[in-house]
Amino acid sequence: MLKIRNLHAKIEGKEILRGIDLDVKAGEIHAIMGPNGSGKSTLASVLAGNEAFEVVEGSVEFNGKDLLDLSPEDRAREGFFLSFQYPVEIPGVSMTNFMRTALNEQKKYRGEAALSASDFLKLMRDRKQLVDIDSDLTNRSVNEGFSGGEKKKNEIFQMAMLDPKLAILDETDSGLDIDALRIVANGVNKLRRPDNATILITHYQRLLDHIVPDFVHVLYKGKIVKSAGKELAYELEKNGYDWIKQEME
Amino acid sequence: MASEQDKLLEEVTNREYQYGFHSDIDMDVLPKGLNEEVIREISRRKQEPEFMLEFRLDAYRKWLQMESPDWAHLKIPKIDFQDIIYYAAPKKKPQLNSMDEVDPELRATFDKLGIPLDEQKILAGVAVDAIIDSVSVKTTFRETLAEKGIIFCSFSEAAREYPDLVKKYLGTVVPSGDNFFAALNSAVFSDGSFVFIPKGVRCPMELSSYFRINTMNTGQFERTLIVAEDDSYVSYLEGCTAPMRDENQLHAAVVEIVTLDRAEVKYSTVQNWYPGNKEGKGGIYNFVTKRGICKGDYSKISWTQVETGSAITWKYPSCVLMGNNTVGEFYSVALTNNYQQADTGTKMIHLGKNTRSLIVSKGISAGKSQNSYRGLVKVSKKADNARNFSQCDSLLLGDKCGAHTFPYLEINNPSAKVEHEATTSKIGEDQIFYCNQRGIDTEDAVGLIVNGYVKEVINQLPMEFAVEAQKLLQISLEGSVG
Repeated sequence: MLKIRNLHAKIEGKEILRGIDLDVKAGEIHAIMGPNGSGKSTLASVLAGNEAFEVVEGSVEFNGKDLLDLSPEDRAREGFFLSFQYPVEIPGVSMTNFMRTALNEQKKYRGEAALSASDFLKLMRDRKQLVDIDSDLTNRSVNEGFSGGEKKKNEIFQMAMLDPKLAILDETDSGLDIDALRIVANGVNKLRRPDNATILITHYQRLLDHIVPDFVHVLYKGKIVKSAGKELAYELEKNGYDWIKQEME
Repeated sequence: MASEQDKLLEEVTNREYQYGFHSDIDMDVLPKGLNEEVIREISRRKQEPEFMLEFRLDAYRKWLQMESPDWAHLKIPKIDFQDIIYYAAPKKKPQLNSMDEVDPELRATFDKLGIPLDEQKILAGVAVDAIIDSVSVKTTFRETLAEKGIIFCSFSEAAREYPDLVKKYLGTVVPSGDNFFAALNSAVFSDGSFVFIPKGVRCPMELSSYFRINTMNTGQFERTLIVAEDDSYVSYLEGCTAPMRDENQLHAAVVEIVTLDRAEVKYSTVQNWYPGNKEGKGGIYNFVTKRGICKGDYSKISWTQVETGSAITWKYPSCVLMGNNTVGEFYSVALTNNYQQADTGTKMIHLGKNTRSLIVSKGISAGKSQNSYRGLVKVSKKADNARNFSQCDSLLLGDKCGAHTFPYLEINNPSAKVEHEATTSKIGEDQIFYCNQRGIDTEDAVGLIVNGYVKEVINQLPMEFAVEAQKLLQISLEGSVG
């Protein structure tokens, strides 16, 4: 599904990603961990097409397409979803309107018919239930006045609505209390299917108690320095990142 | 809704001003220039009563003594007032029994503008007093309204058929010598609308009037007068489009509103005059004086405007809160793009006790445009317990445009409570990227964000105008980002 080869990217002249290689297949859940500043969020931003970052080298293939060649909106329409670490507020734009616009734009791209108002509302009810989100949330403006936890839950709700092939959750767990964490994790688990994939970017092993990854990767100084099964997360939790750093120096 | 969105997309990709066409209708015009003889001729052709001619001549003499105002944050090219045609009328003055008799070309023009004159649109419940240049051609729904005693007709007709009413109220809100452009309008106004809602009547439909400039070098000088008697209510809509032109065209309208005890008038405008091309060439100069007076106690006047057009906009719809417990409201969206300039706002003059006013102004600047809010809140000595709340927000797209706020406060009563909030923001790259990541392209994202920003004002518009206004905003902004 996703093939990253030797990906290098920089921001304001500073190289953050220094040769990433990663393969993600359908049905898999990958966790990317690593100390602060190792490039985790940069990887998510680069894959989503954030223009603040410049790709200097490497390739990314997404379902046979050159991902880096697509505009951010076309990446989304191809089924790539990013759950933002800091979701932005869009005052005055209702969640309903926002989601309907997004969903129908994606459908149009794929040559599917737009949803009627009633079908859309039905889908929204259904997805809200699936990810266990207050119905009040969709009556409000996009993220406006949302608490940190509500914003993260709203990201998962949007993921449920758009049903992406590949979702990257950028520190969706940070700042969540245990209940919100459970809701987010349950949502991700319920949305899991053999034909989609998820990448979790996280600091803590805590989220991985709720969502069990098939692979854990450690990102350090812009490179993936270690990949293993879920047991790697426990090791990191126990020993911190220092031993990795030592191994690298 | 789906096809609605497709249509919108299609319109957004349509890069040029979509109402920029010119229709060939046989016109009867006076020669260029302004003098007493031209004014007498206008009055004669319109078969006006004597008091009207006197009103015009008096205004003309005042105008001669005045100078064009220069205090606004605008760069106004010199206007040669002798190079303007002050009267143009469709040659065959129609006395029509049915739509079939209307000049086909004129009807085609109306159709292009989407003016609801035909049967199908009558079902939409909009009564229309359509104006092409100076003479009102066709008025619908007159009979329905007449049953309730409501008068809705062209100004010329009102001057002939209801001279007492016109004489009683004309110039009482905007005196002929009020300002340079109001004086000019008072001298030469060609036509406009007259609305009278009698005591206790709630007007059963939205009254609407479309204005359109259609002859090369014809300045348009509409005059609108709305009178709402005790316990009455009316909602009036004004929408404007104009054909594309290279030469600048002058537009100087006057609107007067009078509300008596417990009456309410809601006046909504969607203004889309030709703004000039991307290089700032052409476009309409729009110098408007709009004012309402809440004469009777507990009466209310509410202005809502969505201004996307004109090369220059100079416009301050105002409320004089004369009666006790009266309410004035001003909701405004002013969008400028390319080289457009707008200096717009309101005046809330508190004279009576317990008067309240609300100002919500949303400016959007894009391209190399300049957008100013200018508002006065005045509380007179006797206006005990006056309340005002003003919110003035500016949104910038890009870094070559300007947004300015000029609030003026004159408070002469210690019991007054006046609040002013102002914000300036830019559309964030991060907001656009967030939309992109959900599959929404940048143009649509800007439309979405802008329409969210102006929601409070758009919500004040009647439903069908709200939809129209949202489209206009999106169309006016296309190409301004990214």
